[in-house]
Amino acid sequence: MPASEGDPGPLLDARDISLERGGKLILDRVSVQIPPAEVAVVIGPNGAGKTSLLRVLLGLWRPTRGQVKRRRGLRIGYMPQRMQIEPVLPLSVRRFLTLRQRAPRAELLAHLERVGVPHLLDKPVQSLSGGEMQRVLLARALLNRPNLLVLDEPAQGVDIVGQGEVFRLIDDIRRETGCGVLMVSHDLHLVMAGADAVICLNQHVCCTGRPEEVSRHPEYQRLFPTADVQGIGIYTHDHNHVHDLHGEVHDLDDNGTGGSHGCGHAHHHGQGTPKR
Amino acid sequence: MIEAWLDDFLFRAVLAGLMVAAVAGPLGAFVVWRRMAYFGDTISHSALLGVALGFLLGANLNLMVTIVCVAIAVLLVILQRRQELASDTLLGILAHSALSLGIVAVTFIEGLRVDLMAYLFGDILAVGTSDLLAIAIGGGIALLLLVLLWRPLLALTVHEELARVEGVPVLAVRLGLMLLIALVIAAAMQVVGVLLITALMIIPAASARRFASTPEQMALLAGLIGMLAVLAGVWGSFQYDTPTGPTIVVAAMLGFILVHLLPARLLPQFGGR
Repeated sequence: MPASEGDPGPLLDARDISLERGGKLILDRVSVQIPPAEVAVVIGPNGAGKTSLLRVLLGLWRPTRGQVKRRRGLRIGYMPQRMQIEPVLPLSVRRFLTLRQRAPRAELLAHLERVGVPHLLDKPVQSLSGGEMQRVLLARALLNRPNLLVLDEPAQGVDIVGQGEVFRLIDDIRRETGCGVLMVSHDLHLVMAGADAVICLNQHVCCTGRPEEVSRHPEYQRLFPTADVQGIGIYTHDHNHVHDLHGEVHDLDDNGTGGSHGCGHAHHHGQGTPKR
Repeated sequence: MIEAWLDDFLFRAVLAGLMVAAVAGPLGAFVVWRRMAYFGDTISHSALLGVALGFLLGANLNLMVTIVCVAIAVLLVILQRRQELASDTLLGILAHSALSLGIVAVTFIEGLRVDLMAYLFGDILAVGTSDLLAIAIGGGIALLLLVLLWRPLLALTVHEELARVEGVPVLAVRLGLMLLIALVIAAAMQVVGVLLITALMIIPAASARRFASTPEQMALLAGLIGMLAVLAGVWGSFQYDTPTGPTIVVAAMLGFILVHLLPARLLPQFGGR
């Protein structure tokens, strides 16, 4: 990210956010800072208010109490959780990408290339698989040259292999562009290893910190009693084995031995599937 | 037959119908995309209330219909936000109450013999020069509004939250859409009547889907198909001495069936961009 942005404060600074909807307390005095160029992941059980927090941070919902400060010049690239487009709306990927801003074909193609799906440019959006749609959504978020990428359950509806690839892609993009990443997920294993900061949410912030710290925290262990810290590796470990950028299912069994990569760092990758 | 086509009132009728269809089609595409068919029905059923109010206040009918339709639309959106009742229940209550209220109010007006059937099913053959002008103005404003709102409306239709994050003024665009629908209803009331306006919006749009590969194509084709339905309907109503409004809708329906019976390979496909 260009350092000329001036003020090196956090991209987003939320202080004491409380949210009530329909008389129910959904968020209770939540404070979150999203620093630039880091990956912050919000985890928590179902109904913990993860998506609500994201909505407040995005400015879609106004918090009942507390406030969200945005750094000046903040450009958010948002990747929503689900994208259901009515079949009755004829819409190509190209048209979908340029809904908000026009862009030359070459630029669209370059962004699709970056997320590994240049062949989809002229396809109807309804024909895409879950994994393809996620990539197109990511490409669209990148078109705006964001300094903060906000992703709501980016791996939803994607098979387990595709999930690893989506997270790896996000991590690569973060390193290339230097944008901050804010992600919501309930998939602990895939996400925790790639995060710089983890925010464990259950209405209030249970604990927060580096992934290793959070995973040892008693509150975290109480919320996720079956979570197996050993399962975390899938997304940090590999840098040289084949990933299929088209989201196709690959058998990872031959990877299970761990001998196919040369990064040399110690890790566990649990046969490519998280333990439950 | 040729003389009949050139006959003055018929010319006016056809022109009015073509103008209305040209706007109702493209707007209908949005109604279909946004699943607003029942919403449109509810708003158009309340148009009769506007007619009654117009008579009572001695105001311009088209203007009153537009105002009442916008008011009902806004009321609906507010009520939907409260989420105490399911949306379809709410729409059902409002649609039928508004229609009944309108009928009761219109029949209450003393010293005025109002032809209810004309409002319910349209009276395109009675379109006068001033009506033509009103339709042209209302339709023109609606078309202009649609062109101006096109991109933000489309963004909103695809994904509302994404559009908001990307800076689309969602509330303003939505209100614009309500105004658009109200304007088209006011213009279309004389052509097909309050009960059938939604048909003129959604049937041509649904037929156009089979040919279109971009949203713009679908909107334009919906307009054209609607215009064809108007021509066929007016001709049919003359030929078989049937009420014109419903005949136009029957023509649109026959077109829809034809389009869907034909195998896809026989249909001309417009290339995508």
